[in-house]
Order: sequence, then structure tokens, then C-alpha cells
Amino acid sequence: MRLELVKRPQQSVLFSALSPFIAFALMVVAGGLIFLALGKDPVDGLYAYFIGPLTEVWSLHELAIKAAPLILIAVGLSVCFLSSNWNIGAEGQFTIGAIVGSAIPLYFPDLQNAAVLPMMLVCGAIGGAAWAAIPAILKARFNTNEILTSLMLVYVAQLILDWLVRGPWRDPAAMSFPQAPAFHSWAIVPELMPMSGRANWGIVFAVIAAIAVWFMLARTLKGFEVKVIGQSPRAGRFGGFSTARTIVFAFLVSGALAGLAGIVEVSGAIGRLQPQISPGYGFAAIIVAFLGRLNPLGIVAAGFVLALSYLGGEAAQIEIGVTDKTVRAFQGMLLFFVLACDTLIHYRVRLVRPAPAAAPAAGPTPATEAAHGHG
Amino acid sequence: MGMAEAILLTIATAATPLLLAAIGELVVERSGVLNLGVEGMMLMGAVVAFGVALATGSAWIGVVAGALAGMAFSLLFGVLALTLVTNQVATGLALTLLGIGLSGMIGVAFVGQPGVKLEAISIPGLTELPLVGRLLFGQDPMFYISILLTAGVMWFLFRTRAGLTLRSVGDSHSSAHALGIKVIAIRYMAVMFGGACAGLAGAQLSLVYTTQWIENMTAGRGWIALALVVFASWRPWRVLAGAYLFGAITIAQLHIQATNLADLAGLPGPLYWLAGAVKSVPSQFLSALPYLATVVVLVLISRNRRLTMMNTPASLGRPFVPDR
Repeated sequence: MRLELVKRPQQSVLFSALSPFIAFALMVVAGGLIFLALGKDPVDGLYAYFIGPLTEVWSLHELAIKAAPLILIAVGLSVCFLSSNWNIGAEGQFTIGAIVGSAIPLYFPDLQNAAVLPMMLVCGAIGGAAWAAIPAILKARFNTNEILTSLMLVYVAQLILDWLVRGPWRDPAAMSFPQAPAFHSWAIVPELMPMSGRANWGIVFAVIAAIAVWFMLARTLKGFEVKVIGQSPRAGRFGGFSTARTIVFAFLVSGALAGLAGIVEVSGAIGRLQPQISPGYGFAAIIVAFLGRLNPLGIVAAGFVLALSYLGGEAAQIEIGVTDKTVRAFQGMLLFFVLACDTLIHYRVRLVRPAPAAAPAAGPTPATEAAHGHG
Repeated sequence: MGMAEAILLTIATAATPLLLAAIGELVVERSGVLNLGVEGMMLMGAVVAFGVALATGSAWIGVVAGALAGMAFSLLFGVLALTLVTNQVATGLALTLLGIGLSGMIGVAFVGQPGVKLEAISIPGLTELPLVGRLLFGQDPMFYISILLTAGVMWFLFRTRAGLTLRSVGDSHSSAHALGIKVIAIRYMAVMFGGACAGLAGAQLSLVYTTQWIENMTAGRGWIALALVVFASWRPWRVLAGAYLFGAITIAQLHIQATNLADLAGLPGPLYWLAGAVKSVPSQFLSALPYLATVVVLVLISRNRRLTMMNTPASLGRPFVPDR
């Protein structure tokens, strides 16, 4: 027996809608097996992971805090991936956005008014976009592989951050701690409902960004251009679209959103620059983008799912004593299942027996029996 | 042992994991498959090799286990990208993300444990030779394995019928299929070979290079190996040269970071001044050198569009569904 794929004449609408859910279900099953292998009760484990965090108000706030950067980055990535630009360096663009945005309160500490925060957000977006422009221009100009260059720049960005917080930007008051001074109150993204939890305006920015990019992709010529170039650069060129321009556009949008996510994270959730500012949001956002099927509105939902996995990992560590390293394993598995399920959208999967040679061995069918029987 | 000899030895140790991973990926890409999961496969190889060596007390069993772990892990990629024809870029990324996660999970118990070292070989009479003794006859076994693998791949790809078949699958899977060649089967074998090589590279890191398990210890080497394949325009001996170039850059920046300026006081004026200038560069920028060098090298290679087009396996990254 072997698997055989038969191309569907059209994409399956049913599986387009179902595939993220099937993938999530498969991950839950696989997660249960992992808990079993670790010698834990799978029901307890899965409850702590995926349901526990949803039962308390403060933890719903944490969910929003973690979902915001994931959604912001993934929405940008959807523009890149739809246009076949493999930007996998969002983690670096996030980092540079955080750095450039933080420069405002650090260099102008006396500037304390309502203009500071908007300036920081804009600078963060510009920083992220500038960092993304490097692989974009190299690809557009020299045809350099953007996957490798964007990824290499992640390491460079993290080293720059490390240098800043241990060197020029180190808080002299923090003894030997490598961290920048805490932001003053004007430089902090305000909380939405300070009475009940920490959630800040980041999640609102994320939803606005998702709606804006959804509109751009679904309703404007630019969005059409992005998708045409992604599916067939040749057809796009005949249509008068420029491949190089699309590359740069996709990377700039994606870099700006990742940079915005970076500055929102440090000025909202963390409150200062430090050597570690992201638990791998830039990479997890790749999973978010695919789980949301590259649709910005789907990405909003997918962002909450991945945010839940981060919270669940922390909860599972405290409650049932599994390492928080399980988080990344769960996330990686989820992407695998998402990709496998996507096959169902384009192909019918059939199990075939080793065909012609085995056919004569099969018993006579009723029809042949009727024709030749009793002879 | 002279200073120069010591430096050459450390360069070889730094270059070997890059060479192992890149030579495996070269075969994979020659068969028309782009597996971006090298980093993940290396990490799985590293953690399994470390754990098995620790449990059995034998570094050699660890090496074999590391290679098998890399191979098994690559099969995951194979099933998705080859059988279920998923997008190869995304699937490779998924393999890397899963490898980072799984290896971190498995490795929690190993953090801080002293590992088992794969000892360098020693041939009485030859290893003690002046100058070349240690370089040729006194290195760790992984060094020799990497060189032999490179020579073997060179011979296989360009001197055997099977190698020709593999390249034909990479250049035009439809034509190969029409000739009755089993495209998918060959790609599976190539992917598994690449996985085993990445596993070996990981084993080298955790049994030779550091002899401990550190989460995410590959630190981007899997990605640099991928870049090396492009840099080498899919030719084995150029992969060898590239790996040693990157090994040299890595070691050079480490030496600069470790050297004390006071020890160089005997240098002539301009040289001392130069050393001072280099030392005044923050260490993070030196650490960034291998990554920046990768970007620069990729740009230099890809600038020549015609050359790249000529050498890239024509079916690279394109999925293949047999139409019976």
C-alpha cells in the first residue's frame, strides 16, 4: 500500500476552513503522547497547557500581551509569504525596532509629554523596516537568497542589542546588571484596563494592523500585485508589475510591523531594554502566519493560539513540573501538522494497493460470476 | 607544538561541523530538494549523540546515534515535502523549529553535565612528526570522516552512474521520471544522507568541539552550512574551501577576543597600534563577523547571475508529483 496524491481541480473549500483545526487537534493528541512519554498524566498536562490559562482574568491579559507581537509580526509575514518572499528574519527586525524606538527616551530623557510614545512607535517601525530593507535590496538588486541573509541578520541584531545594553546604554544605577534604564511613564504603552490586568494597547494595534493588511490584500491593486507576483512572477511582469518593487514593498511592510511589535514589547510588557527581549516571537510568528493560512484575519485567531502555548508552557512548568522547553517542541509540531493538512486542500490523498499486478488475485466479482459461473 | 600549528588545528575543528553539514545538504540540493532543516537536524544529532555517549560511556556509539538521529529526523521532512508535497521552504523551517524545541526538551537533563570526548587519534611514529604530524595524523576522527565524505561525495556525484542519476533528478525531475527513474525514492535517500551528515555535524559539536550540551549550541551553523552550499555553487571541493574559510573567520575573531593587548607590547609600533584598534572593537561585533561574512559572501556569489543560474540544480525546491 502506498499514498497517492490526486490533484483536485479546485482548492477544497471544506479543507481550507478545516485544516487549521485538524492541525490543532493533531497537535493536542501528539502533545498528550509527549506528556505520557515524560511520565505525566496527559489530561492534566493538556488542561494546564490549553485550558488553565483561559480560566483566570489576569492570565487572559497575559494572553493578549503575548498575542500582540505574534499577530503584528505574522500579519507582516503574510504579505511576504504571499509574494514568495521568505523573510525569516522577523526576530531581528523586532530587535532593531525595539532598539531604535528606545533611543528616543534614552537620548531625550527630558522630553516628557504625550508626543514621546508616538515618536517611539514610529521610530520602531522605521528601524524594523530599515533592517528588513537589507535582505530586500540585496534580493532585488543582486538576486541574493533572502532566506539566508534575513536569518543571518537576526544574529547580528541580537549582538547589537547585547552590546548596547552592556555598553553605551547600560543603566549605571543597575549595579552590574546588563540593562538599560527603565522608561519614564510617558514612554510606556498604556494599559487597557489597569484594574484587571496588564494588557496594553499592543493588542489593539495588532488587530488594527490585521484589518488594514487584510483590506490591502483583499481589496486593493497593491494586494493583487503581491499575490500575482507570489504565484507567478512571469504573469506579474506581463501585467506590468515590478518584481523588485514587490520584494521591497513586502519586506518593508513586514519589517515595519515587526519593528512596531518590538518597541511595543519593550515599552509595554518589559519596560526597558535588556539582553533578552523576545522568547522567539519572530520565529513563532512564522507558525502563526501559516496557522492563519496567510489571511490576516485568520492570523488574529492563530496569534491567540500560539500565545496560549507560551502561557501554557509556563503554567505546565509550575503545575505539573515539565520543562518550559516543551513550548517550542509543541509549536514546531503544530507547524508540521498545519503544512501536512494543507496538502488536503490541493490534493485528494488515497491509499492505493500495489495496483495492476495484484488485480487478478482478487476474487471474481458478482458480475463475472453471473456471466461465467456454473460453467 | 607551535602557535601556527595550534591555530590550524582549531580552524579544522571549527570547520569540520560546517563541512559535514554542508556536504550532506549539497547532495540533498543536487537531488532537487531544499531542506532548510539543517540547523534542527544538527541539534537533534548533537543532543542524541551527547546523551547516548553519556549513557554508554562510548563516544563512538554516540557518533553513530547522532547520525541516526539526524537521519530519522530528516525522514519527517521527507514524508512531508516528498510524499505530501508540502512547501519545502516552510517544511524545512518547521524542521528547524521542531529540532530546536525537541533538542531543548531532551537536553534539559544534560545541561551542565560533563560529556564524553571523542579522543584524537594517535599513530606512534607519525603523530610526533614535526610540523605536519598533529595536522595529518593527530586530529579527532570526525576531521577524517569529513574529508573522506567530501572526497566520497565528489567521486559519487561526478564519477558514478548513480551520481549522474541523482543529478539528473535534481536538474529535471520530469525527464528523469519519464526515463523510469524513481524520483521520489532517490530524493528520499538524498534527504536521509543529508540528515545523517547533519547529525554527524551535531555529534562533532557535542563530542569534540565543546563536549557539553548547551541549548541551541549550533548557533546558526546549520544556516551557515546552507549558505556554504550556495557559496560553493553546488561543488564539493568548494564547500571544503568555504568551510575552512569560515572556520578561519570564527577562530580569528575568537583569538582577537581572547588576546590581551598587554601581551602584544613587543610588537613593532604600527602593528601594535593596529592590534589596539582591533581590540577596541566591542566583542559583539567580532562575534557578528561569521554572520556578516555569510551575507557578504552570498552577495558576491549571487551578483553573477549567469554563473548562479548555470550551477543551481534546475528543479531545486520544486515539488514533484508523479503523474503515473
